[in-house]
Amino acid sequence: MKFPVFPIDQDPGSNFGELLKRVGLSPFTDYANVSQLDIPHATTCVAVRCAGGVVMAGDRRATSGNLISHRAMEKVVQADDFSGVAIAGAAGPAMEMVKLFQLQIEHYEKVEGQPLSLEGKANQLSMFVRNNLPAAMQGLMVVPIFAGFDVHIGQGRLWDYDATGGRYEESDFVATGSGQLHASTVLRVSWRRDISVDEAIELVSRALWEASDADSATGGPDVLRGIYPVVASITKDGFNRVPDSDLASIYSAITTGVQQR
Amino acid sequence: MSMPYYVAPEQMMKDRADFARKGIARGKSLVALQYNEGIAIIAENPSNTLRKSSEIYDRIAFAGVGKYNEFDSLRVLGVRSADLKGYQFSREDVDARSLANQYAQIIGQTFTHEVKPLEVEILVAELGITSAEDQLFHIMYDGTVIDEKPFIVIGGDTDTIKSKIAAAFKTDLTLKESCNLARTALSSDERTLQASDLEVTLLQRNGSRRCFKRITEDALAALLN
Repeated sequence: MKFPVFPIDQDPGSNFGELLKRVGLSPFTDYANVSQLDIPHATTCVAVRCAGGVVMAGDRRATSGNLISHRAMEKVVQADDFSGVAIAGAAGPAMEMVKLFQLQIEHYEKVEGQPLSLEGKANQLSMFVRNNLPAAMQGLMVVPIFAGFDVHIGQGRLWDYDATGGRYEESDFVATGSGQLHASTVLRVSWRRDISVDEAIELVSRALWEASDADSATGGPDVLRGIYPVVASITKDGFNRVPDSDLASIYSAITTGVQQR
Repeated sequence: MSMPYYVAPEQMMKDRADFARKGIARGKSLVALQYNEGIAIIAENPSNTLRKSSEIYDRIAFAGVGKYNEFDSLRVLGVRSADLKGYQFSREDVDARSLANQYAQIIGQTFTHEVKPLEVEILVAELGITSAEDQLFHIMYDGTVIDEKPFIVIGGDTDTIKSKIAAAFKTDLTLKESCNLARTALSSDERTLQASDLEVTLLQRNGSRRCFKRITEDALAALLN
């Protein structure tokens, strides 16, 4: 392997994506028309703001057409100590985008000697989504949610995106993916400004339950195999994934409630 | 037409080496040593913003002495190379030995082919799973690579500092003992260094992915006797 040395006017600075381009490893290639291919798609993700932070959640199912291709996909991923990304859309490009995004954040921090601001990270992700536009036009759409704890203002913040890289900061909650409508209805009905972290964890679990109940592409809790949605809180203490044992008891309460309807 | 003077290659290399050594000796030295939780890098550095030691990868740290702009661009090259390798292959494929060799190549190349050699000496440290697997590479201004354990001193007056450390070094020093030992070794007879004169970074065997940690001035002041 050779050292990546560049003339001063072509130096990529702290931009990892540019560096990949310079060395010929750019992941953003032109796709042929792949819309006919059965490519795994990831589905419903939600994020809500709560007292002292944010809570994110995503179901575990990936589908190719009418088939379930993965039961245990992780769509909510830690981006760094104080932020996370949730993804819906074509699984391959989405996973690549998350990997690149994590690397970009870390690369910037190491080269510059200080971390990017939360807003800076949200902006960076928007660029990645925009770069994916040609692929999105071919059916490989990726629509992420970005959420994190802003250490400068001491609050949770969240953003959603459209396929063109449009970046929208939301003040309360957001949902994306095929079960978006059902999940966001649950959030809309129950969300309050002063909701606690624990209440928010319960709320997002319920939102994913209702989405999975009405949308075939969204997976519900899989008690048989012990697969539960990925739920994580991000507060001043950092990124914290909710253990499956906690989710098991939350979902058993929800299903009991459904039985008694 | 004027003819260039003939200079014997031995003389040319000697002149370059002297030039580089002089440049390096003008700066301050640093010490890297194994302690009971990993590797500590302790540098004399009055600046709180222009860093001498920093993170390259999950278990790899970099430190340089000499001309700041020169070792800083080497540091950025290392981060790039490591991140590219980790992206292309896997995170566990990024290792200090190959990085040290790449550094040796570029520093050696500059030493023989460029008008001016780099006035730097650098250290590449990798934290192993156990302390026996720790690696410390010292790369000199002419591209010579040396692997040394359990401690390395790079910079100007290394012999004095080395002998001071060798006299009191033992395995499994605590962080507090390591910092105090390095402080004593780096201080001159006239002046004892304080927390604000030192930069301490660690590669800590703490189970997390990124093992690099920077000790703040306040935390360091509490550690020093």
